[in-house]
Amino acid sequence: MRPVPVLAIAGVAAVSMSLLSACGGDDGKAEAADAVAVTATDDSCEVAKKDLPAGKTTFKVANKGSKVNEFEVLKPDGKILSERENIGPGTTVDFVVNLPAGAYKLLCSAGQTGKGPTQDITVSGQANGVGDQRLTKAAADYKSYVITSLDDTIAKTRLFVDAVKKNDVEKAKELYAPSRVGWESIEPVAEKFGDIDPKVDAREADLSPAEKKDWSGWHLLEKALWKDGSVKGKEKYGDRLLEDLGVLKGRLPGLTLDPVNDMAAGAKELLDEVATGKVTGEEEAFSHTDLVDFKANVDGAKKVYELLKPVVQEKDAQLAKDLDDNFAAVEALLKKYEKGDGYVSYDTVGKSDRKKLADAVNALGEPLSKLAGVVAK
Amino acid sequence: MTEAGSEGREGAAEGTALGPSRRRMLGFGGASLLVGAAAGVGLDRVASAEEDRSAGGAIAFHGAHQAGIATPVQDRLHFAAFDVTTGDRAKLVRMLQEWTAAAAAMTAGRSVGHGAVGGPAVAPPDDTGEAVGLPPSRLTLTIGFGPTLFEKDGKDRFGLKARRPQALVDLPHFPGDNLDPDRGGGDIAVQACADDPQVAVHAIRNLARIGFGVVAVRWSQLGFGKTSSTTPEAQTPRNLFGFKDGTENIPGTDAALLGRHVWAAAGDGSDWMAGGSYMVARRIRMHIETWDRTSLREQEEIFGRDKGEGAPAGARKERDKIVLARMRPDAHVRLAHPDSNGGSKILRRGYSFTDGSDGLGRLEAGLFFIAFQRDPRTGFIRIQQSLAADAMNEYVQHVGSGIYACPPGVQEGGFWGETLFK
Repeated sequence: MRPVPVLAIAGVAAVSMSLLSACGGDDGKAEAADAVAVTATDDSCEVAKKDLPAGKTTFKVANKGSKVNEFEVLKPDGKILSERENIGPGTTVDFVVNLPAGAYKLLCSAGQTGKGPTQDITVSGQANGVGDQRLTKAAADYKSYVITSLDDTIAKTRLFVDAVKKNDVEKAKELYAPSRVGWESIEPVAEKFGDIDPKVDAREADLSPAEKKDWSGWHLLEKALWKDGSVKGKEKYGDRLLEDLGVLKGRLPGLTLDPVNDMAAGAKELLDEVATGKVTGEEEAFSHTDLVDFKANVDGAKKVYELLKPVVQEKDAQLAKDLDDNFAAVEALLKKYEKGDGYVSYDTVGKSDRKKLADAVNALGEPLSKLAGVVAK
Repeated sequence: MTEAGSEGREGAAEGTALGPSRRRMLGFGGASLLVGAAAGVGLDRVASAEEDRSAGGAIAFHGAHQAGIATPVQDRLHFAAFDVTTGDRAKLVRMLQEWTAAAAAMTAGRSVGHGAVGGPAVAPPDDTGEAVGLPPSRLTLTIGFGPTLFEKDGKDRFGLKARRPQALVDLPHFPGDNLDPDRGGGDIAVQACADDPQVAVHAIRNLARIGFGVVAVRWSQLGFGKTSSTTPEAQTPRNLFGFKDGTENIPGTDAALLGRHVWAAAGDGSDWMAGGSYMVARRIRMHIETWDRTSLREQEEIFGRDKGEGAPAGARKERDKIVLARMRPDAHVRLAHPDSNGGSKILRRGYSFTDGSDGLGRLEAGLFFIAFQRDPRTGFIRIQQSLAADAMNEYVQHVGSGIYACPPGVQEGGFWGETLFK
């Protein structure tokens, strides 16, 4: 790696410093004062404090050895609770981990072999932190949103499938895009169930010839409706779509959603979906209803942000402001394309307008990518 | 058979002579065997001088002038022009401050912010990382502001209209222009030059990323093979037509010439531009295939120099005195020469480019022309107008265009464009 990534900042004017920390990626100066120093060498692992209070702990890990080191916090059962890899010789990193009460081992692994000297630490007390409770509530609220959105998709898909079964092409075309809105707004969560997503949302272009014979889901019906002008004989795909969505619904109650990895990272994934699939018009190759999906993706990401916003505002007010501004900008731009209850056909959106949409998505996607890091602070 | 045999003998005879002897047969009569011999010696000396400079050193970011103008020309270019997508002046200034901090770090060979690794695992890294482990590679980043930053569609978005320098004119239409609106203009341009293309690409990529929400990339161009030198001791590089190009360029070390022709002064009419310069960028498509089918005599006459040595018409060595009258009236060098343009001189930093093929099987290639001057009206515009009669126009077409006011250098603690926005 290039030398002095952190010290480099010191050479820059004070004004730039604060700007850069506003960009995120800062492990938090506040914690640094209470950080627990860990000194790793090629054959030792020393921790400055062995009794720690429960809650968020920052380990300041200094690698004074000659090999690249890895730092792990091991649970009482020996499994890894959290780890930090690639700590270069001569470098120090801040590593933040949330520790409930219990006995842990800290492992320093020179050469990153997963083996090395350990230290026992004891964590006691109640994890404090208003933040934690707010995040717990956000996660619970998000789960309700996921359930509601899936219910909405199932209800609308039922109507869509009815029209498909009657081979009422016009009606089915009308109901197609709305049936996907709930799904598109919670897609990253739905994608956690890797087996359902390809069954309901695979696009023909993404399938190998061997996979094509098992193709099912929304896009199969989309192609039949818009390309063939008939869904005769496709009834079973309608039923299967509802069945698959039903399986997903059955799994939701047991789902635990994490504010960082599922919510914040999921919101970023939703914008990625827009940036790679919708802005290019690849998602709805036949129906050109991309803007409906686009809006649903943005709405889903915004829901996450709104639930996490109190925490974001406290930890990084500038990020909150950027997100507010950029969500508003995307929404204002989308509004221009509203038509009736939906949106204009994406094939009528010209090159320069698509560029404007892409710019707005990038403008939102970049700060959104920092959400997880800020929430995790 | 007879003809083939005869050609073969001729070829063999040439092979025993000094290097590219076809030039001697078809080129200007003045060239001789002696020229070829002298060139061989000169090349060795020049090549070693180049190597000394090509180590991965860092070029100072701060100073009276922006780096990347008088700086010895590096090997690679990544040029990008941006549209400002916000109407919020404070946001724009904030981004310029962030850009400046990132530019200072990257030109010194450091990563942006907290680097590519070592930050929180759940957040994307501050730096994209593809330059980790690479030397600074003489990276320079040079910023310029386009006319549309000052006024766009009749709107004074940032309260800058009154500060638009008179010299920052809208370029007129030049005969033969076939400008693609998607490859021109832009509110802000950044020229990234480095000896390693990855370092130049990394720099633009990080700036684009920092800028999301404030600016959006409008167009960009990668360049290789510098086509002009700002160091007279170095060998003059060749353009894609195979000719040495830029022999008469302004040396970056000649303070008097730079002061006269390149650096804007306070008295020129725009205080904030004092110490800055005006950049003109043109994407010039070269019709490579038809050029390659052109006889050497024709090529040399069009250019006004011989192809092997780079000597001006009727002379022997590259730096021999140019006698314009010996050139065709429509020769490129003759029309571009200061003597044909009331003494106008510009500092050129062009690069060759190729973006693969154009769909018709033709090389999508040419010259990404960059010129710096104190005043484009008496610099690029004057010269380009005189090039309307250029015989080379049959083989080139200007397809992209931009003009930008490049502010003076950044002082420690300052930021790009500070003199404009303060």
